[in-house]
Formats: sequence, structure tokens, C-alpha cells
Amino acid sequence: MKAFLSILLRDIKLATSSFGDMLTLVLFFIMIGVIVPIAIGPDKDLLALIAPGVIWIAAFLSSLLALDKMFRQDFDDGSLLAMRHASISFEAIVFAKLIAHWLTSILPLIIATPMLALMLNMNAQILTYTIISLTVGTPALISFGAVGAAITVSLRRGGLIAPVLILPLTLPILIFGVSAIKTGTGVGTQGTALLILGAISLVTVAFTPFASALALKLTQE
Amino acid sequence: MTQKIDPLKKMNWFDRIAHPGQFLKWSGYLILPLAILSAILFGVGLWFAFFNSPEDYQMGNTVRIMYIHVPNAWLSQLVYVMMAVSAIGTLVWRHPLADVSMKVAAPLGAAFTTMALFTGMLWGRPTWGTYWEWDGRMTATLILLLMYLGIIALWRSFDDQLRAAKLIAIITLVGVINIPIIKFSVDWWNTLHQPSIVSTEGLSMPASIYTPLLIMTFAFTVLFALLQTNATRTEILRRKADRQLRKSLNKENG
Repeated sequence: MKAFLSILLRDIKLATSSFGDMLTLVLFFIMIGVIVPIAIGPDKDLLALIAPGVIWIAAFLSSLLALDKMFRQDFDDGSLLAMRHASISFEAIVFAKLIAHWLTSILPLIIATPMLALMLNMNAQILTYTIISLTVGTPALISFGAVGAAITVSLRRGGLIAPVLILPLTLPILIFGVSAIKTGTGVGTQGTALLILGAISLVTVAFTPFASALALKLTQE
Repeated sequence: MTQKIDPLKKMNWFDRIAHPGQFLKWSGYLILPLAILSAILFGVGLWFAFFNSPEDYQMGNTVRIMYIHVPNAWLSQLVYVMMAVSAIGTLVWRHPLADVSMKVAAPLGAAFTTMALFTGMLWGRPTWGTYWEWDGRMTATLILLLMYLGIIALWRSFDDQLRAAKLIAIITLVGVINIPIIKFSVDWWNTLHQPSIVSTEGLSMPASIYTPLLIMTFAFTVLFALLQTNATRTEILRRKADRQLRKSLNKENG
């Protein structure tokens, strides 16, 4: 547990020390909220209608951009190789890195969501649902992302291929993530979508560290 | 007195499949029979499909698109399942031919999936009034096509094909969850695409339509077997040539 926590803290420290990276990601996230009203016109009702979808798309694109950071640096400087001899299993280390990545790359986006909500004319209730749905759904998103990042870690130009590879797999997250916000009136269906989203998150978070760890091990063979 | 050991005599059938050189030998005899068989099946199947099957009382002649559409849709899933089995072969048994079969199946699967989507769209226009509808099965098939294309792109971005095989095996196995989604999409979501023809309750169509469909499915499956075998041979030879080239280059450079 101590080793697990120290990996977690190390990754958080490393990510927060390069504050500029975090800020750039949040800026990118917010800028999608600027681009969309300009592109489709400032019709407030229309914006409110498509806002949940736009926020999920923004979260998708930003987290896919950040994927490459997950293992790249540790792979390049050899830290990953050293970590295979740690007192805890390599899968646990990958899991710790996954949590650290969520805390440093996704959590800032969720905190910045109210900014987007202002620009897209969302009301407070929809905003609350959006934040809940993002919080429940994004762990699944980055666990699929971790598999993609682990597989392409040895590729110099791996930055683009990992998102292309995992995007088809993550579409159910998008479907249920948006329906967990949108069906505001029918409480039953909305709750069901949120539960399914949570189930997807739990299953993928439980299984993908094994797949990512296997990919990293095979890359280092 | 030393006894001569013939290494090939001791091989069982599994090793014979596994050994690339052996595979090249015996698979050579398969190409011609498979080609003839698939040509005959296509001839008979297409004749049935165009001249010896009734028009649908609702759809008219467009029903004939189905004879191409269904076999391609069936193969789009079968090829992925085969890729997944090969992926297990690569990861678990380190079977030397599994990664070759995995690699050459991806473009074939992409082609069959494209055909299935394309014929489905041609059929959908007169029947449903739209080329595309975001229905469960169509969306899942589109995702399958994107996965095939992503896997092909991944194969091409690795220089070391042996390492690539193991990594791609992982993503192939992760992607398997899409197959049951396609299979059961028509039961889970009550949308436009019609349910399966073949179910546990028997066939939901007359024999005059079912016969050509069955023959065409066989024809396409044999065609896939033919293309897959041929592509596997080509890939083995290409790797051999690659090794030869590298050897001679090494010699030149000392």
C-alpha cells in the first residue's frame, strides 16, 4: 500500500510541477466551448439543447490529447523498467498511474465545466447532472485510453494512433454519458443510463490495468 | 553408428500447422481446389440469386441485395472472431503462424465489413428511404469497420512486426466485446434493422430464398478461406525475403 501511494503521489507531483501542461489542457477544453457557439451561431435555445453533447465531446477530445502523457515519459527515461522490480505488482503500479492521471488530467476539466456551462447557456440542474455524468464516466474513458497509450508507447508518432484505436471502443461511454444528462424529465431512464455508465466504469477500471500492464511488459521485452 | 533423425517425421499435425516452412508446402495444394470450389459455389449461388428465386411481395427485386449483404455481414464478424482466436494463439501459445494470420485477416475483414455496410445502404435507400440510420446494428458494424482500420494502421506504424503482433493481440482481444453487441443488437434495441433469419425457432423464410442465401454464404466463406490462405503464404514469403535481405546487407557491411 505504501508503494502504491508513493507511486500515486510521485505522479501527481510530477504532473502538477509542469503546471503549464495542465493549464493548456483546461484551456483546450474551454476553447471547444468557445468554438461551438461561434460555429453554429449564438442561438441560446439551440446551445442549451446541444450543451451536454458538446461538453462530452470536449471532455473526449481533451482526455484523448492528454493520453500520450500517461506512460511516455516514464517509458523514455526507463522508470517503467525500474518499476517492474517494485514490491508491488506491475498491474498495481499501472492502476496507481491511472488514478494519478485521472486526478491531474480529468479532474481539472470537470472543475472547469461551469465555465463551459455559462458559455453554452446551461441551467444549474443540467450542470449538476453533467458534472455527475462526467465524474462517473471519465474513469472508463481513461482506462480504455491507458490500453491505447500502453500499446503505442514505443512509437515515436504514437500520439495520434492511440486515440484512433480506442475511440470506437469508447462510444458506449459517450452514448450513456449523454443520456445520463439529457433525459431530464424521465428520471427513470436517466438514472438507468447513469447506473450503466457506472457499471462500464467499474468493469473497465478493474480489467484494463491488466491489459495495459501486459502491453507495457511486452513492449519492454 | 549414428542414427539419422528426421525432424519432420516427429511432427504432429499441430506442429505442421505451426511450422511456417511446412505450412508453405501443404497449403500450396489448397489454393487451386479452394479457388475452383468458390468459383462453382459463386456460379450456382448467383444463378439461384438472380434467376431462380422469387421476388419479395413487399420489396420486389431489391431482396436480391440480401444474397450479397448477409454473407458479407456474417464474414465481417467471423473474421474478427478468427482474429481474436489468432490473438490468443499469439499471446498464450506463441504460435508462429498466429500473428501472420492475425495480420492478413485485418484487411480482409475490413473489406467484408465495407461490403456489408455498402450493400446495406444500397438496400436501405429504396426500402427504408434513407442511406444511413443510426440504428444499433448499423452503428455497431460501423464501429467494427473503424476497429479494423485502426488495427491496420497500427500494424503499419510498427517496424518490428513480431513485437507489434503481441501488442495488437491485446487490443484485438479488448475489441471482442463489440461482437456480441453486433450479434444481439437487433434483440436489445427495437430499431430498423430486421432480426435474424435463423433462430432457435427455425427459419423465418421460404426455402426458395433460403437456398441461394445459404449457397452464397458458403461461397463467400470459401472465398475468405482462399484469400486468407494465399495472404498467409505471401506474408511468410515476404518475411523470408526480408530476412534474406537483412542478412546480405549485414554481410556487405561486415
